[in-house]
Amino acid sequence: MKYCVGIDLGSTTTKAVVVDEAARVLGRGITNSRSSYDAACQVAVTEALHDARFAQIAGELAHMGVEADRRAAWVRDIERGFREQQYRTQLLTLREELRGAVALREHDAALEQALATIQERMGAESKALFAADANRKSDFFRDLAGSRYLEHAEKLARKKGSGLSFDTLVGLFDKAILEVEARSTEAGAFAEHALHAARELPERSRELERAIEAAAAIPMEEASSVGTGYGRARLPFPKERIRSEILCHGLGAHLMFPRTRTVLDIGGQDTKAIQVDESGIVTSFQMNDRCAAGCGRYLGYIADEMNLGLHELGPMACNSKRAVRINSTCTVFAGAELRERLSLGEQREDILAGLHRAIILRAMSLLSRSGGVKDEFTFTGGVARNPAAVGALKDLVRENYGELTINISSESIYTGALGAALFAWREWNRKEVAA
Amino acid sequence: MKENLPALVARAAELCRDWRLPSVRAWKQRTGGLAIGYLPVYVPREVFHAQGALAVGLTGAGDDLEIIKGDAFYQSYICHLPRSTIELGLNGSLDCLDGIVFPATCDVIRNLSGVWRMQFPQKMSRYLDVPQNFEREMGGAFYRHELEDIAREVHERGGKQLEAETLRASIRAYNENRRLVRALFALRRNEPWKLPTAELYVVLRAGLVLPVEEHTQLLRDYRDLALLDAERRPMDQARVVLTGSFCEQPPLGLIKTLERAGCYIVDDDFVPVLRWLKGDVSEQGDPLANLVAAFLEDAIDSPVRYCGDGTKGQDLVRRVEESKAEGVLFCAPSFCDPALLDQPMAQAALDGRGIPWTSFKYAENTGQFQVIREQAGTFADSIKLWSEA
Amino acid sequence: MSVTTRKPPAEKSAKDDSQLRQKEMIARHYSRLARAPETGEKNVYTFVPGNLTELLRSFDLLPVLPEINALQSGMRGKSGDYIALAEKLGHSEDVCTYVKCDIGMLKSGNVGPTGERLPKPDLLLLSYTGCFTFMKWFELLKQEYDCPVVMLHVPYQADGRITESMRTYVSTQIRKKLIPALEQVSGRKYDEDRLKECLQRSAQAEEDLVWVLQSAKNRPSPIDAWFGAVYYVGPIFSAFRGTEEAVEYYRALRAEIAERVAQKLGPVTPDGLLTEEKYRLVVEGPPNWTSFREFWRMFAEEGAVVVASTYTKVGGTYDFGFRHDADRPIETMAEYCMGCYTNLDLQTRVGILERYVKEYAADGLLVNSVKSCNSFSAGQLAMLREVESRTGRPAGFIESDLVDPRYFSAANIKNRLESFLQMIAQKRGGPA
Repeated sequence: MKYCVGIDLGSTTTKAVVVDEAARVLGRGITNSRSSYDAACQVAVTEALHDARFAQIAGELAHMGVEADRRAAWVRDIERGFREQQYRTQLLTLREELRGAVALREHDAALEQALATIQERMGAESKALFAADANRKSDFFRDLAGSRYLEHAEKLARKKGSGLSFDTLVGLFDKAILEVEARSTEAGAFAEHALHAARELPERSRELERAIEAAAAIPMEEASSVGTGYGRARLPFPKERIRSEILCHGLGAHLMFPRTRTVLDIGGQDTKAIQVDESGIVTSFQMNDRCAAGCGRYLGYIADEMNLGLHELGPMACNSKRAVRINSTCTVFAGAELRERLSLGEQREDILAGLHRAIILRAMSLLSRSGGVKDEFTFTGGVARNPAAVGALKDLVRENYGELTINISSESIYTGALGAALFAWREWNRKEVAA
Repeated sequence: MKENLPALVARAAELCRDWRLPSVRAWKQRTGGLAIGYLPVYVPREVFHAQGALAVGLTGAGDDLEIIKGDAFYQSYICHLPRSTIELGLNGSLDCLDGIVFPATCDVIRNLSGVWRMQFPQKMSRYLDVPQNFEREMGGAFYRHELEDIAREVHERGGKQLEAETLRASIRAYNENRRLVRALFALRRNEPWKLPTAELYVVLRAGLVLPVEEHTQLLRDYRDLALLDAERRPMDQARVVLTGSFCEQPPLGLIKTLERAGCYIVDDDFVPVLRWLKGDVSEQGDPLANLVAAFLEDAIDSPVRYCGDGTKGQDLVRRVEESKAEGVLFCAPSFCDPALLDQPMAQAALDGRGIPWTSFKYAENTGQFQVIREQAGTFADSIKLWSEA
Repeated sequence: MSVTTRKPPAEKSAKDDSQLRQKEMIARHYSRLARAPETGEKNVYTFVPGNLTELLRSFDLLPVLPEINALQSGMRGKSGDYIALAEKLGHSEDVCTYVKCDIGMLKSGNVGPTGERLPKPDLLLLSYTGCFTFMKWFELLKQEYDCPVVMLHVPYQADGRITESMRTYVSTQIRKKLIPALEQVSGRKYDEDRLKECLQRSAQAEEDLVWVLQSAKNRPSPIDAWFGAVYYVGPIFSAFRGTEEAVEYYRALRAEIAERVAQKLGPVTPDGLLTEEKYRLVVEGPPNWTSFREFWRMFAEEGAVVVASTYTKVGGTYDFGFRHDADRPIETMAEYCMGCYTNLDLQTRVGILERYVKEYAADGLLVNSVKSCNSFSAGQLAMLREVESRTGRPAGFIESDLVDPRYFSAANIKNRLESFLQMIAQKRGGPA
C-alpha cells in the first residue's frame, strides 16, 4: 500500500506520522534527535512504520476473528518482545563501535576486560528490562543503554584497585553511541523480530504468527513526504518538501480537533501561539524571542537546579496549596530565585507551582500578541504533558477569556508531524489527480 | 486623635500600592472634578490643579500585578513600565482617569502615547513635548504654547478655564509642598536613621495620587512624627546617593533590601516630579510665565534633560558632596535608555573625584533581591573599611 | 522548486552604474574627510534624521554622520568588536548599539569604514529628531571632543501635524542658534542665496528618488525597496543632499530603473536577478547590517520582494509630497526635520503602512523589530495589529538588531520569515 509521511525534527525528539491513501493515520514514531538529522528522521519513520505494522497485525487478527481483548494483549506482548529484540540488536552494534573506539587507544587489558563485563551484564539484563512490569523512563536506545552502561561502568570503576577511569569509560560510550545512532537505523527486519517475540510468548499461537506474516507481507511504498521542525534550516529534505512548523502545527491541531481556532505549542526551544481558520489555515502567529523564558527549556533548568527529573516537576507542583508569586521567568536568574525562595522557607511545591504559572503567563502574552484565545483552544508540545502547566493554563484562560473548550491530546507531541503528513498527502493527491 | 507613625506610613504605602486608584475614585466622587493621569518624569501639576483637576502620577503596577495583555504589546528588550500601564488600562484600573499626559521623557513613553491612543481613542491622550532648548524666546515660547494647549484641552473636557489668579494659588500650594519635600530631604541627609528611605519614599510617592493639600499635610505629619521617634538611633551604615530610578520605580522590597544591606540612602532620584523645580516658583506676575521660567532655569539635572556644556556628572558629584555621601548606587530599570546611556558619563565624573560606586538594574516587578543584597552589602562594607583605613 | 535568482549576465553593468557611482561618491567623501586636517576643511557631526546638509554645504562644511559610520562598520564586520569595547568601558548591554559601535570606533582610533581616519568634529550639530538616544549620543561625544555643540530640538508630531508653534520653535533655533554657530565655525557669513541653490537641487533629487521608490508599484517590481533601496537613499540621507553630484546620481538612477521597468526586470539581489516575484512585502523597521546579505538572501531565495519600506523614510519622507522649498529656506528645513519618519506619531505611521500595503498591492506587512531602536520598535506590535485589521492582509514579525551580531539569529529569523511567507501562500490558496 502507499503511504505518505510527515516528519517533525525537533530539538529534543524527532517524530513521524504515516497516513494511508485516504489520509487516515497508520502509525506514529518517535526517537531522540541526534547529531545526524538524517538518521533521526529515518529512525522516526521506521518507528512509525513499525507502529503501522502492529496496527496491521491487529487488523489481521480481527479479520481472523480473534476477540478484541486477546488481540490487544497479543499485540502488546509482541511489541514488548519486539522492543527487546531491537534493543539486543543495537547492543551488538554498540559492542562493535566500542571495540572500534577502544582499538584507537593504547592497548589496555583492564579497560577491554571492563567493557566486556559491562556488555555481558547489559545483555544479561535485557530480558528484565523489557519485562511486562518493568518501568523504563525512556525507550530511546541512547537513554536506555546509556543509563545501564553508566551504572555498570560506575560500579566497576569504583572498585578499589580497578585502575579504571570512569571518565574514560563514559568517553568511550559517548563516542560509540554517536556512531550507533548514525548507523543503520533498521535494527533487524520487522517480521524477524516480531516473529521472534511471538515465539517467546508463554503460549505460542499459530494464528498470531500467521497474522504477523500476513501483515509483514503487505508491501509499503512511500508516496510522498514532508518535513518540518525547529532544525528546519538544515532538514535533510529537498526544499520543496519542507513546510514551516507553524503551518504544520496549525494543520495538525485542526486534524486532531477540527473546531480548533487557537493553538499553543510549548516545546523545548520555543513557544508558538497560532490562530487558524475553520480549515486549519494559519491566519496569524507569534513565537517567543531570543529569550528562552517560557519554554520547556526553562523547566529543564529548574529540574536540574532541584535535582529532579523533568517529569517529576509537574506532579510535585500540583501538590501546592498556595502558589508563590514569581515574576521573573529569566532562565539566568532561575537558580538564584529558587535558592532565595527556598532559603526564605517557601515550600518546594509552592515555588514550583509559581514557576509553572510564570511560564504560562509568558505563553498568555504570546497568545494575546497573536490575537487572543478563541474557542476551541488546543494545547500541544512537550509541556502539554505537564499537569501543573496544564492546570495553570486552564486557570489563566478562564480568568482572561472565560469558559471555553481546551483540547489536550495524549498524542499532542505528534501534532507537527501529523500536519506535515497531511501536507505530504495533499501533495501526493494533487499529483494523483493531475496524473 | 492623631495617627501614629506606623499607621501613617502604612496608609501612604497603601496609596502607592493600590493600582486601582481608590483614593482617586473617592476624590472624583467627592468633588466631581476631572482626574488627569501623567507618566514620569515631569508635568506642571499646577496647571491641572488650577483647572480643578487632580493630577495623578502613574508609575506602573509595581510587583503586584500579573502582566498578560500588556506584555503582548512590548518586546522583551523594552522596560516594564509601558507593559503594566497598558495592562492597567485594559483591566479597567485607569477608568477613573479622564485623560493621560505623556511627557517627552524617552522614546518608549513617547510611543506609549500612540499605543494608548490606538487602544483608548475616546479618552484624552496628550503628548507633552518639553523643550530641550532652555532659552525663553525659543524653548520657553514653545513650552508655554504646549501648556496653553493642554489647558485648553482639559477645559474642553470639562475642566475650568485656566486663569491667572487660580494658577497663582496653585503655584502657592505646590511651592509649599516643594518646601516640605526639600525639608524632608535635608532632614534625611542629616539624620538618615530618623527618616529611612523605605518610609520617606512611600510618603513622598503618595503625592502622586493625593491632592496637593492633603499630601502637604501628610508630609508635615510625617516630619513631626519621625522626628519625635526617640527609638531611632544611628547605626554604622554607609551613606550613599541612589541614582537612576527616576521613571519606572523599583519595588519597595528593593529599597528595604538596600537599607538592610547597610546603606543609608541620603539622596535619591525617586518620583522626581515632586522636586523637578528646585526652588519656589515665583508667585508674582504672570503665573504661566513663572512656571515656564522655572522649568527652563530652575530644574534639576536629569538624564532626560539635555546637558550640552560637557558638565555631565558634575551635578551628581555635587549631590554626593552636599549629602556627605560615601558612595553612589546606580540603580536603574533594565532597558532604561536615559538612565543607562547617562551612566558612563556620571561614573567617569565620580571616578575623577575618587567617589566609589556600584551599579545594578531592576524591573518594577523584580521578585528577588539576593544578588542586589550581596552587592550592596559588599559595597557598604568596603566603603566602611575604606573610610576607617 | 524553481530557482528564483540567477547570475546577472546583461544586467550587470546596468546595475553597477548606480551602485558604483554611489560607492564612489561615498568613498570620495570619506577620503575628503580624512584629508580635512591638511586641507583645513571643517566638518560637522550630525544625524541622518533632521540632517541639514544644504545649510552645512552652504557654509562649505562637511557633514559626518555617526549612524552611517556605525552601519558601515556593521556591514564590514567590525561592529562586534567595537560594541564589546564600549561595553567593557561601562556601556550597558541594554542600550543602542549604534552608539556603542561609534564609541568603540572612537576609542579604537576613529578609523572610519573605508580605513581612513575620521577628523575630529569642529561642531556637533545635535539635530534632535525622532530619537531620544541622539541627545545622549552627543552628550557622550561632547565628553570626548572639545568643540561646540548645538542642540536643535525638533518637536515630535504627536498629533500627526506640524503646528505653527512647532514650526516657529525649530525655525527660530535654526536662525538664532544654529546659523550663528555655523558662521563661527566656518568663518563665513550666512549666504541665503547659496542655501537656496542647494535647496533647489535637493528638491530635484527628491523628485527622482520618489519616482524610483514608487517604481515598485510595477509588477514585477524593478527594485527591492528595502535592501536595495538602502543603496538608493544613501547619497540623499548622508552627505550629498543639495549637491550637484546627488542630482546627477538620482537622474542616472531613475533612468536605470526606467529601463528595468521597460524590460519588466525584477530587482538585482546578492545572488543575481530575481526572476520570479512570488511575494510582495511592505517592511517596517530598519534592516540588520551585520548579516545584511544573508538576510536579503533569505528573502530572495523565497522570491520575496520588498515593495515599500519605512526605513527609507528616516532621512526624510518625500513620497507624500514634501519637497524642499527654496522660497522658504528656513521654514522648509524645519518642516523637513519634523517630517522624518521616526518623528511621526504611531497613528500616522500606521496610516503610511496601510497606504503602502494597499497602493503597492503587497501581500502583507513584515515588521523587523530591532532591539537597539525604541523609537522604531516600541509600539510596533500594536501597529502591526492595526495594519493587519485595516488591510485584511497578514502581518509577520521578526526580531534582530542594527549592528550587534549577537542579536542576529539566522535560524530564528528564517523560521519566522518562511512561516510568514508560507502563511501568505496558504491564504492565497496556493500550495503552502
